[in-house]
Amino acid sequence: MIPEIGHYALILALCVAVVQGTIPIYGAAVGNSSFMSVAKPAARGQFLLVLLAFCCLGYAFAVKDFSVLYVAATSNSQLPLHYRIAAIWGAHEGSLLLWVFILTIWMVAVSFFSGHLPEAMRARILGVMGLVSVGFLLFMLTVSNPFERLIPAAFDGRDLNPLLQDPGMVIHPPMLYMGYVGFSVAFAFALAALFGGTLDAAWARWSRPWTTVAWCFLTIGVAIGSGSAYYELGWGGWWFWAPVENASLMPWLAGTALIHSLAVTDKRGSFKAWSVLLAILAFSLSLLGTFLVRSGVLTSVHAFATDPKRGLFILVFLAVVIGGSLMLYAWRAPRVGLGGSFSIVSREGMLLANNVLLVAALGAVLLGTLYPLFLDALDLGKISVGPPYFDTVFVPLMTPAIFLMGIGPLAQWKKASLPELAVRLRWAFGVSVATALLVPILMGHWSPLVSLGLLLALWIATTIAVDLRERLTRTDGSSFMGKLAMLPRAYWGMVIAHFGLALFITGVTMVKGFEVEQDVRMNVGETATLGGYTFRFDGTEQYRGPNYIAARGSIHVSQDGRDVTVMYPEKRRYTVQNQTMTEAAISPGFLRDLYVSLGEPLEGGAWSVRLYHKPFIDWIWGGCLVMAVGGVLAISDRRYRLAWRRKEVEVPAGTQMARQTVS
Amino acid sequence: MRWFYLVVILLIPGLAAAAYEASPLAENPQVEARLKTLAVELRCLVCQNQTLADSNAPLAEDLRREVREMIVKNMSDQEIIDFLVSRYGDFVLYRPPLKTTTTLLWVGPFLLLIGGATALVLALRRRQKKLAAVALTEAEHNRVAQLLSEGANRP
Amino acid sequence: MSRFLIPLGIFVVVLAFLGVGLTLNPRELPSPLVGKPAPNFSLPQLHEKDKVLSSTDLRGQVWLLNFWASWCGGCKEEHPVLIHLAKSGEVPIYGMDYKDRREEALAWLKEWGNPYPLVAVDESGRVGIDYGVYGVPETYVIDKAGVIRYKQIGPLREDVLQTKILPLVRELQNQ
Repeated sequence: MIPEIGHYALILALCVAVVQGTIPIYGAAVGNSSFMSVAKPAARGQFLLVLLAFCCLGYAFAVKDFSVLYVAATSNSQLPLHYRIAAIWGAHEGSLLLWVFILTIWMVAVSFFSGHLPEAMRARILGVMGLVSVGFLLFMLTVSNPFERLIPAAFDGRDLNPLLQDPGMVIHPPMLYMGYVGFSVAFAFALAALFGGTLDAAWARWSRPWTTVAWCFLTIGVAIGSGSAYYELGWGGWWFWAPVENASLMPWLAGTALIHSLAVTDKRGSFKAWSVLLAILAFSLSLLGTFLVRSGVLTSVHAFATDPKRGLFILVFLAVVIGGSLMLYAWRAPRVGLGGSFSIVSREGMLLANNVLLVAALGAVLLGTLYPLFLDALDLGKISVGPPYFDTVFVPLMTPAIFLMGIGPLAQWKKASLPELAVRLRWAFGVSVATALLVPILMGHWSPLVSLGLLLALWIATTIAVDLRERLTRTDGSSFMGKLAMLPRAYWGMVIAHFGLALFITGVTMVKGFEVEQDVRMNVGETATLGGYTFRFDGTEQYRGPNYIAARGSIHVSQDGRDVTVMYPEKRRYTVQNQTMTEAAISPGFLRDLYVSLGEPLEGGAWSVRLYHKPFIDWIWGGCLVMAVGGVLAISDRRYRLAWRRKEVEVPAGTQMARQTVS
Repeated sequence: MRWFYLVVILLIPGLAAAAYEASPLAENPQVEARLKTLAVELRCLVCQNQTLADSNAPLAEDLRREVREMIVKNMSDQEIIDFLVSRYGDFVLYRPPLKTTTTLLWVGPFLLLIGGATALVLALRRRQKKLAAVALTEAEHNRVAQLLSEGANRP
Repeated sequence: MSRFLIPLGIFVVVLAFLGVGLTLNPRELPSPLVGKPAPNFSLPQLHEKDKVLSSTDLRGQVWLLNFWASWCGGCKEEHPVLIHLAKSGEVPIYGMDYKDRREEALAWLKEWGNPYPLVAVDESGRVGIDYGVYGVPETYVIDKAGVIRYKQIGPLREDVLQTKILPLVRELQNQ
C-alpha cells in the first residue's frame, strides 16, 4: 500500500511539474501576473509530493518490504537500518528519486529566497526547473520506477553492494547531487535571462550566491568520493580519471570558471553572454555525467543500468534540454549588450584568462573521456585513455591557471600594469622558488614535478600574504585584528578558497613525490619498517559482523621504540553476495597516513600484507574542505544578507547608462 | 667455554631480529619494481577498470607472471609493450600511443588552449574598438550626474 | 551571429557520437590477431595425456579453435550449438581446455557431450595469452594456411554461426 502511495505521489508530482514548467513561463512572456504566481506554490507542492514518495520508499526499506523490486535488489534482512536507508540511493531507480528530491529542495529554496527578484524572472527560473523535473519524473515513471512490485515477493534481498556499506559512500551521492542539481539553478537563471531578453549585471549578482553554494556542495561531493575510494577500495589510490570521476570533475571545472566569470559580469557588466553559456555548460555537464554512468556507453565501475531503453531516454532528454538551451542561446545572446570595457592586462582580463584555461582543461578531460567512444563509433579501433594521458595533459593546462591565481587578486580592475605587478610580487616569487627547490632536497629526493607542485602551492600562499598585507595597510583601523575584521567576507572567502587549493596541491605533490609502499609476507611476530615506522604483525582473528565474516588482523606500529598505534585491517566476506572486500586500516595524521591492507592468507597463519606510508595525503581532502568553507564564507557576505531584506532600487525605465550596440 | 656462551647470548637478539624481519613478498624486488612501473600503465582486460598492477583477476595474475618473465629475460619496456599490444591491441595501454588516429587526442587540449586564448584576445580587442566608438550624449551626462547625486543621498 | 552557433554545433556532434555509442559494447575487445598467423602451440591432449596436439598438425584444413573450461557458465550455454555443429561435420572444432583441471574437464565433457575430435590442455593459460584470450568461451576460425580469420568473443550463438561463421568457413574451404 505504502509503495503505491509513493508511486501515486510521483505521478501527481509530474502533473504539478508540467504545470510549473509551462504556465509561469507563458505568464512571464505575456505579462500575466496570476499565471506567474503559480510558480511558487507549484514548486512547494512538488517538494511535498516528492518528499512523500521519498519517505514511502524509505519506509519500504525500513520494514524490509521485499515485494518492492528495488528493495529486494538492494537490501537484505541482515543489513543494518542506517544502510537500508542509504540503500534508497544505492542503485539506479532510487538515485533518480534522490535527484528529483534534491531538485525540489532547490526549487523550494529558490521560492523562499527570491523575494528580491522581479516576478517574471522568478517565474521563469522556477519554470525552467519545473521542466527539468518533468524530464526526470517522466524517466522514472516510464522506465525506472523505484516502486515496481516483485510478485511473488522475494524471500530475502540481494543486499546492498558491500562497497557502498560505508559512511563516506553513503553521503557521497547526496552531496554530489546537491552540486549537480544546484547548477540547475544557475542554468535556470541563465535561461530566464535569455527568455526575458534583458541580461544585465544584476542578473550576475543574483546568480552568484546560488552558483557558489552549488559549487561548494560539488566540491565536497567530489572530495568525499575520492576520500571514500581511498578508504574503501583497499589499494590506496584516490583518483583514477575513470569516466565516472571525470563526469563529476567536469561540472566542477565549469562551475569554477562560472564563479569567476560571474565576478567579471557582476563588476563590469561584461561577458554576460559568456557567463550564460558557462551556466548552460555546467548544468549540461551534470546531465551528461548522468547519461554516461547510466547508459553503458562507457565502462564504469558505477555501471548503474545499462538498459539501452534507459540510455536512449536520457539521450533524448539531453538533446531537448541542452540542444534547446543552446538554440535559445544562439538566438538571444547576440542581442546582449557588451557592458564596460577593460584592457587585456587587468583583473577582468586575468579572470577571463583563468576561464580559458579552465575550459581548456575541461575540454581535455571531456576529449579524453569520450575519445575511445569516438574511435569505436568510427570503427577506428579500440583504445584506452587512462591516468597517463590525463596526468600529462591536465597539469600543463592547470599550471598557468594557478600561476594567474597569484597575480589576479592583486591586479587592478579595468587596467593593470605588468611591470608594476612584477615589482609587488617579486618577494613572493623569490621565496616560492627557493623553498620549492630546497624542500625536496631536504626530504632526500629532488624531482622537477615535486618542485613545480610546491612552487604553485607556495606561490598561492605567498601572494595571498602580499595581498593581505597591502590591503591591511590600506584599511583604517586601530588594531591588527580590527583591520582583519573589517575586510569583507567575500574577500576572506576568496582567500580561504584559494588557500584551500594550495593545501590540495601540496597534498597531491607530496604524496605523489614521496609515498612509499612495501609488499611483505608476514608471519606472526614479524616486523617490517617503512617510512621510519616499524610494523609488527600480531596475527588475525575471526570476527563476525552483521552481514559479513571477517579475518581481522592486528598490526602494532611503533616509531623509534615508542608505541604509535595498533591497526586492524580486515578481509571481509559479505555472506549474501559472497563478495570479498579488503578493509584497509588507516592511521590518519596531519603529516602522513599509514595504510595497511591484508593480501592473501599464506601457510602457517602468515599473510601477505601491503604497507604504505603516504605523507600529506589528508591535505588533499582537507584542502577541498577548506575550499568549500571559503565558498560558504563568500556567500555570507553583507551584500547578500542585506539583499534579502531590501528590494533592489528601481532605476527608471527611460535611463540608458551607455548606448548598447548590437554585435 | 664461558666466552662461547657470551657470544651466543650476545648474538641471540641479532638472530631473533633477523628471524622476525618480514621478508618481501616478491622474490626479486628489482624485477618487481620494474613490473610495477609497467603494470600501472596497463589495463586489466577482465575488470577493465583497474590497472594490471592492482587487479586480482586470474588473467591479471597470469599477465603479471608473463611480464615478470620477460623482465627477467631482459626484454626492454617497448618489447614487453609490443608483446601485449600484438595480442590484445592498443586497448591494453592506458597511455594511448601516438598514431594518426590519436593525434587529435594528444594535440587537442593544446589546440583548445591556443584557440581559447586567441578568441579571448580577439574578443577583447573587438570590444575595445566598439566601445571606444560610443560616447555619452549631453542628456546622458546629466542623467548620470542626477543618479549619482541621488545615490549619495541614500542612507 | 554565426559564432553563437558554435556551442550548438559542437553539442550536435557529441550527441551523434553518444547516440552511436548506445549501439556499441565498450567491453568487447576485437582481436588484433585477425588476419595474422595463428600462434603455434604444442600441448598435451586431454583424453590421452601422452599424446600432443600441435597447431601445425592442423594445416591444410579449415578448423575452429574453441577455448572452454568446466568452470565457465557461458560454455554450457554454447555447448549445444557446438554439438550440433560437430554432428553436421561441416568443420572440425578443436577444443582448448583453458586453466582447468583434467578430471573436471573430462567429467564435464562426459556429462554434456564431446563435440571435439581432440582437446588440448592449456593449464597455465599461456597459449590463451598468445591468442589474446581474455575470457571464456572464445572461438577462432583458422584457415588452411593457419591464419586466424575470425574471433568469436563469448558464447557461440546459432544465429552468428549461420550468418557469419559458416559462410566464412565455406568460403575458406573453397580456397
